[in-house]
Amino acid sequence: MTDAQINDDQGTKADAQEQAILSAECVCKEFAVKGKPPVQALQDISLHALKGRVTGLVGADGAGKTTLIRIAAGLLVPTSGRVTLLGLDSVADSLEIQSRIGYMPQKFGLYQDLTVIENMELYADLQGVPGAERAHRYDRLLSMTDLAKYTKRRAGALSGGMKQKLGLACALIKSPELLLLDEPTVGVDPISRRELWKIVYELVEQDNIGVFVSTAYLDEAERCSYVLVLHQGKLLAEGNPESFTGRMKDRVSLVVPAQADRPRQIYTRLVGSRGIVDATIRSGRVRVVREDTSETQLAAALDGMHAKIEPAEPNFEDAFMALIPQTEGHFQVGRGEGEGAGKMQGSNDDIVVNTRELCKLFGDFQAVKKLSFSVNRGEIFGLLGPNGAGKSTTFRMLCGLLPATSGEISVAGHNLLRSGAKARARLGYMAQQFSLYGQLSTLENLSFFGKVYGLSGKRLKQRINWAFDEFGLGQWRDKAAFALPGGYKQRLAMAAALLHEPDILFLDEPTSGVDPFARREFWLRINSFAEQGVTVVVTTHFMEEAEYCDRMLIMSQGETLAMGTPAEIRDLVRSPQNPRPTMDDAFIGLAEGTVDKASIAAGTAGNEEMAQGDLS
Amino acid sequence: MILFLMRMRGILKKEALQILRDPSSIALALVMPLLLLFIFGYGVNLDAEHVPIAIVSDDRGEMAQDLIARFELSPHFELYQVKNELEAESLILSRDVDAIVRLQDDFSSQLLRGEQAPVQLIVNGIDANRARLIQGYVRNIVSNWSRMRQERGEAGAGPPVSVSQRIWFNEGAESRNFMIPGLITLIMTLIGILLTALVIAREWERGTMEAMLVTPLRRVDILLGKIIPYYILGMLGMGMSVVVAVTVFQVPFRGSITALLLLSSLFMLASLGFGLLLSAAIRIQFVAAQISIVAGFLPAFFLSGLIFDLDSTPPVIQIVSHIVPAKYFVTISHTLFMAGDIWSVLLPNGLVLAAMAVIFLGLAYRKISKRLEG
Repeated sequence: MTDAQINDDQGTKADAQEQAILSAECVCKEFAVKGKPPVQALQDISLHALKGRVTGLVGADGAGKTTLIRIAAGLLVPTSGRVTLLGLDSVADSLEIQSRIGYMPQKFGLYQDLTVIENMELYADLQGVPGAERAHRYDRLLSMTDLAKYTKRRAGALSGGMKQKLGLACALIKSPELLLLDEPTVGVDPISRRELWKIVYELVEQDNIGVFVSTAYLDEAERCSYVLVLHQGKLLAEGNPESFTGRMKDRVSLVVPAQADRPRQIYTRLVGSRGIVDATIRSGRVRVVREDTSETQLAAALDGMHAKIEPAEPNFEDAFMALIPQTEGHFQVGRGEGEGAGKMQGSNDDIVVNTRELCKLFGDFQAVKKLSFSVNRGEIFGLLGPNGAGKSTTFRMLCGLLPATSGEISVAGHNLLRSGAKARARLGYMAQQFSLYGQLSTLENLSFFGKVYGLSGKRLKQRINWAFDEFGLGQWRDKAAFALPGGYKQRLAMAAALLHEPDILFLDEPTSGVDPFARREFWLRINSFAEQGVTVVVTTHFMEEAEYCDRMLIMSQGETLAMGTPAEIRDLVRSPQNPRPTMDDAFIGLAEGTVDKASIAAGTAGNEEMAQGDLS
Repeated sequence: MILFLMRMRGILKKEALQILRDPSSIALALVMPLLLLFIFGYGVNLDAEHVPIAIVSDDRGEMAQDLIARFELSPHFELYQVKNELEAESLILSRDVDAIVRLQDDFSSQLLRGEQAPVQLIVNGIDANRARLIQGYVRNIVSNWSRMRQERGEAGAGPPVSVSQRIWFNEGAESRNFMIPGLITLIMTLIGILLTALVIAREWERGTMEAMLVTPLRRVDILLGKIIPYYILGMLGMGMSVVVAVTVFQVPFRGSITALLLLSSLFMLASLGFGLLLSAAIRIQFVAAQISIVAGFLPAFFLSGLIFDLDSTPPVIQIVSHIVPAKYFVTISHTLFMAGDIWSVLLPNGLVLAAMAVIFLGLAYRKISKRLEG
């Protein structure tokens, strides 16, 4: 059974089975791989989800979440064991089950060429919703999802968040008794995520349906009434969120840096230290999860640094990080030792990247509107915003891949669109989809990218060896890139971008589609490069990642919402009701316009000076 | 039953809207056929006209001149009168002429003596098809000439050459009349196999198929939901091609519309069945396009008797061609256009197509699964 049965507050097992709307009994699932032993996607999973509750399935990529949901939906047949939904067998009675549940796959299942209302009509026809009930049902779903204004718009032209809500509306078209959601919030901005959870809870409360939802966002686990943690195909723990956080009592601290020290330095010091399970930067402090309740090891690790240790309220993420076995070689980052990526040149207040009044038009669509910012040497600069904010467009203009409609750009003193290979050789670029050659092996990919950037002979060999050591890619040396796990693909792409020792690094959404472990490791590595003088410009739609940046710019619909250090941005939404706002709060406040525009302008203007003073 | 009709309404409406709004399926179903028709109708002409040939005549006699005049009158040839063989050879080497016709100096006298007078023909054989055509034209001119002389009872007419060619049905021996009915087969294959396979692979890529599978749709609903719209689209493409063939290209149509509708429906269903069978296994658009071209389009092009006469292919190819549905429909289409409702030809071919439709659709039905794994 489960390794850690944390807290069974659901009453006795028999009781739970009686109300269970979905239960799995000893479910195993193997996927055949040609010429190799089969992959064990699920191993001996037993669980229950109850009516009128939101049951969350939490785990990193490859944990088996999607496989389990697909088995429940009747799309896959378990290798052994059985899943019952509404008292029906998932294999034998799949057709009956499918007429009584709602299912939203990861890609939403919408027809791009059909309008919002046509998609809803299609699903109503397929689910056999009687004509008389439809008008009422459509009204309710449209007002719930706030899509009433867009009924005639084609699904393909909706934003990510709207697509997701429409997908949900389609899954709900026939008041299902059970709703299966497979990672419904992936790649969606915080506002849309919040709205989705609001709709889900409305349904649970009004219609008393059961919801079974998978997610890789750990903060969402706290919104569930019951949580199941999957890891590498095994059920690691289950219980309500409080039971998870309760176990972490007295094991979480906040390290508050004294004025002079930036949190990043403390963070870098603490990661991987003895007795420290997890360290992250949150709201300008370093959040530390300890192995036990004693603070001695933490204090020892902090020796010589001016910092205060404060106790913190544990959250689900802390519990999750503490649950996952730490033996898998996470956080194996060589920190600042030996040869780094770029070489420190000049003083820290060189402006490396500069834009003024940058605009980009696609037809009459303004993708980027009057964007001005500058990045100093050795800085980590974040471009944040939801999907479609104009981040990638800005990036492509910076890298010289797209001409700007108007405005000025200079990168290391050049406009990359006009200046040639020499200026480009100073920068490394990692594109959103990692742009690796899937059929080439890790070694071949590295050697190709090295040669493209003009490395050869001994130098190339040296750098490739450096990449294998630095990124722990040795075991994947001769493996084709497409077969690498997501986190390793990201490492390889980054290694390829760093081979030629660029002193400016552009990273476009390096952490999207990557699980929490790989993301932590990624930021740690970025930190160490920045400390060696490499300038890093990075885009992300994970707001909490902004904490790792020195400064950042928040964009929405091509416009600058705010710019400054993480602390300054958070300050914009500080209020008596919310004395310690998170980045998500800040973003939502800014995007919804609840923050006074004047204060943004003031903040932005002040930031330039402050940031530069901060760096020198 | 009501639920079944509701599901069909939903799925058919969805397909119809998708076809109407997606320029690529309209292009593939309606624009591509027109393009093919015009390319093959105007561009590819398998008849040889104005073929440059060199004539070497060492005989100044009246009879030789008379024969040469026949060549001059023929629309098929463009004559180069040359003095000697060397000159003619250099012309054929430089590809200024495609053939040499040579009359020996005793041509007239041999004929007068009542002997067989040889006409030498040298053809550039690089393009075998064209060479065969030129051969035929030359033989035609020579035999027509000698028959005419015999009829007129001219001196030294001799026995008529028995090699006579007569072309049935395609009286004008116009390749267009042969190509266009065959092309309709190709167009229907394109819609039945390529378009269906592409559309279903797209549903997999966009994740809509996954959502469809977790609805109360039955397997038969999924199958019908694809067959009905693409059957209609294919028949529209067919109808349009027939109209263009008859009006623009003046290809005669001698069969009945009923027979055409009936038999082309059978072919359409067989193609759709094959396309659906392919797409049950393929979930990537690029692969779907590649496989349906190799397994569907190319056989319909090369192994159906549309371009190459199957009787002159090696036995292995002939055996393989029996499993290509297009082969049967090319025969049907040629018959309907140029000969009429000859049921002794149409019936056996139609029965084979019906059997193929049943087999392919049956296999597709078995292959369609409401699960992600096969």
